[in-house]
Amino acid sequence: MGLEAISHNFLTGRLEDLVRWARRNSVWPATFGLACCAIEMMASGAAHYDTARFGMEVFRASPRQADLMIVAGRVSQKMAPVLRQVYDQMVEPKWVISMGVCASSGGMFNNYAIVQGVDQIVPVDVYVPGCPPGPETLLHGILTLHELIRTGEIMKRREATGAGAGLEVAQRDGVPVTLSGVKG
Amino acid sequence: MSTSMHDPELEAQRLGRQTDEGAQVLRRDTPAQPGTHEVVVTGGIWPEDDGTMIINMGPQHPSTHGVLRMMMELDGETVLRAKPVIGYLHTGMEKQAEHLTYVQGGTNVTRMDYLSCMSNELVFALAVENLLDLELPERAVWARMYLVELQRMASHLLFQATNGMDMGALSMMIYGWREREEVLRLIEAITGLRMNNNFIRVGGIAADLPDGWREHTLEVCALVESGVAQYEALLLENPIWQERTMGIGTITTDDALALGITGPILRSTGFPWDLRKAQPYLAYDQVQFDVCYGRNGDCYDRFLIRLYEILESVKIVRQCVERMPDGDYRIQDRKVTPPPRARIDESMEALIHHFKLFTEGFKVPAGETYVPIESARGEIGCYIVSDGTPKPVRMHIRGPSFYNLQSMAAMAPGTFVADSIAILSSIDPILGEVDR
Amino acid sequence: MADVETEVADTADEIVLEPVAAALVARFPGSVGMVSHGQSVVHVDRASWRAASLFLRDEERFTQCVDLTAVDHLTDVERPPVAGVTFERFEVVANFLSHPRNLRVRLIAQVPVAAPRVESLTSEFPGVGFAEREVFDLLGIEFEGHPDLTRILMPDDWVGHPLRKDDADARIPVTFKGDPGPR
Repeated sequence: MGLEAISHNFLTGRLEDLVRWARRNSVWPATFGLACCAIEMMASGAAHYDTARFGMEVFRASPRQADLMIVAGRVSQKMAPVLRQVYDQMVEPKWVISMGVCASSGGMFNNYAIVQGVDQIVPVDVYVPGCPPGPETLLHGILTLHELIRTGEIMKRREATGAGAGLEVAQRDGVPVTLSGVKG
Repeated sequence: MSTSMHDPELEAQRLGRQTDEGAQVLRRDTPAQPGTHEVVVTGGIWPEDDGTMIINMGPQHPSTHGVLRMMMELDGETVLRAKPVIGYLHTGMEKQAEHLTYVQGGTNVTRMDYLSCMSNELVFALAVENLLDLELPERAVWARMYLVELQRMASHLLFQATNGMDMGALSMMIYGWREREEVLRLIEAITGLRMNNNFIRVGGIAADLPDGWREHTLEVCALVESGVAQYEALLLENPIWQERTMGIGTITTDDALALGITGPILRSTGFPWDLRKAQPYLAYDQVQFDVCYGRNGDCYDRFLIRLYEILESVKIVRQCVERMPDGDYRIQDRKVTPPPRARIDESMEALIHHFKLFTEGFKVPAGETYVPIESARGEIGCYIVSDGTPKPVRMHIRGPSFYNLQSMAAMAPGTFVADSIAILSSIDPILGEVDR
Repeated sequence: MADVETEVADTADEIVLEPVAAALVARFPGSVGMVSHGQSVVHVDRASWRAASLFLRDEERFTQCVDLTAVDHLTDVERPPVAGVTFERFEVVANFLSHPRNLRVRLIAQVPVAAPRVESLTSEFPGVGFAEREVFDLLGIEFEGHPDLTRILMPDDWVGHPLRKDDADARIPVTFKGDPGPR
């Protein structure tokens, strides 16, 4: 059960901050490198740029164990269902960074083979431009995501717009609470 | 070379070096037979035999070097059949190329083999220049060779990193990237970008080499050599490494030739075929370097070959530093290469040329050509059909990984699942050029 | 491309073919040899496609078929005629390499759109298995005798052949106002 289920007051305020701090400081990405951006993603994970110092200690192969999906590269028609399946397998709370212009909008490939923006398939939280974005740009995107997690903005936005998994959590008093997503 | 900790005897046992006596012409007296054992290619749905399991590896998998899907039929832990399923990165680049002018074509092609980007650009530029019958200035030729060798170093360094990681030597991942970052920094200083540079263009290179490139290059060469010495110390005689790679994934020369395999895989079988020596392009016949080849055709040989090819590239790069000719970095044919930016303010003609080149492009006389070069993965070729317009009728890239991946079906049967990972890693496929 | 065997003269009146091309033309009447930008090209009849590749492998010692692809000439603005060859819409192109002789040669066969079929080379050169599947997938040319002629790059349920010039789904949209549009 997440933050969203508790009733917000002065006492729980610090608990929320603590949970958000924990969430943003250990965001573990799933390995979803597709094309050239994957190389720069690996570069940002290597010793020189090192995402581990921001808490992204390991890239988890299993989506069940990952918090973040960095869609690094161009998504082809054949890959789109796989992308959605991996996203669905991830457990809430989960975030998506669309890395590079091909993932954000189709990039230079405005043709039959490439999905014109991965936000056609999964909800994206941060778009990182570049072809490919250098590790510094990706790190900026990741830190932007951390900032969004810290303020809780993503969760608030998802509640407001109805995006997100729409999970319902049964409460002890019998009134179900929507964790993130469509209400009612 | 900095002090190397490798054992020369071991190296002599495992690795062959064909030294340079000028352009080499290789002769094989025995005619090739199409394969000494049968490889059955089947399609459709595989029937389920008793006791065997058909599993699917990928397309999202940490070890598949991109979005490759491997279908494997397993009997316990042993692989009976392996079939690579590709297409998960199909980008329609060849269709896209028909809508891009020859000036823009480099941006498209560079994203195919995204580890050695400038090799793609080079093969495209050479094909177009072949159709145009262009003669490039010396400096352009040498600068291209210099850049492509830097790119080969970067690609092989990343191979060392990912190969190590696939085999469990996680520290290799960190060390390989350390040296690659230095090479990429040099490439960024010269071309402006770390990857997907679009620097080698039709007519030469996009801009001249910057001031101080010689010193920077020599620093990088020294760093790379010391890095390679460390990799040798880490892996060469490491018993676990040898257990995991020696004798794994062997392939014979006849099988490799029949399957259309080129590059380090073909060289690992004992056949020292390298297009830089056999059919030299650019200025490769004027530099000294060895062709590294193996003897057993296994994963260890391929690892060794790519490791020592890094040092051979360093050799070539050093010679380029010493012998880089002066002159133009691109041909000064205003119909093909744009004028310098400063001239646009002064001359109406320069402005018009610039405008025409970047909107319409230049027309290429009708014809067709196939130009192959030796990239880090093998023979990459560009087949262009032109019809007198600024856009090609057909632009096809012969991706080495596309053909090399077929060797998986020949090498994997009979091995364990973990070995099939090692074999796939030693093939070093790049799905960008497989799927295009 | 370094050519060890002979020089190739390409003058306006007389084209000297390399020995390989000459041998092919002699063995397969109806085929036409030419030199294209320093490269040896032989246009063969579609019916002798496989026989020509067998000839190259067995008698001319061409060890490898390095590339097999096809071209759609539907919207060509200019297609230089070759004497003795009737052009069709599709061309299947195969590049061969001989390691012992350090030679390359290119075979081209014309394939009509009404009957887009040609023999498969997989039994002589297993390496073109993937390449033929790609040509089938993207251009719709069938290769008779291929053990597994299925789509390789597009999803299995894709309809159409994207690299064909008239494939509606694969039409690349106009990118800016002045763009002359798709070919």
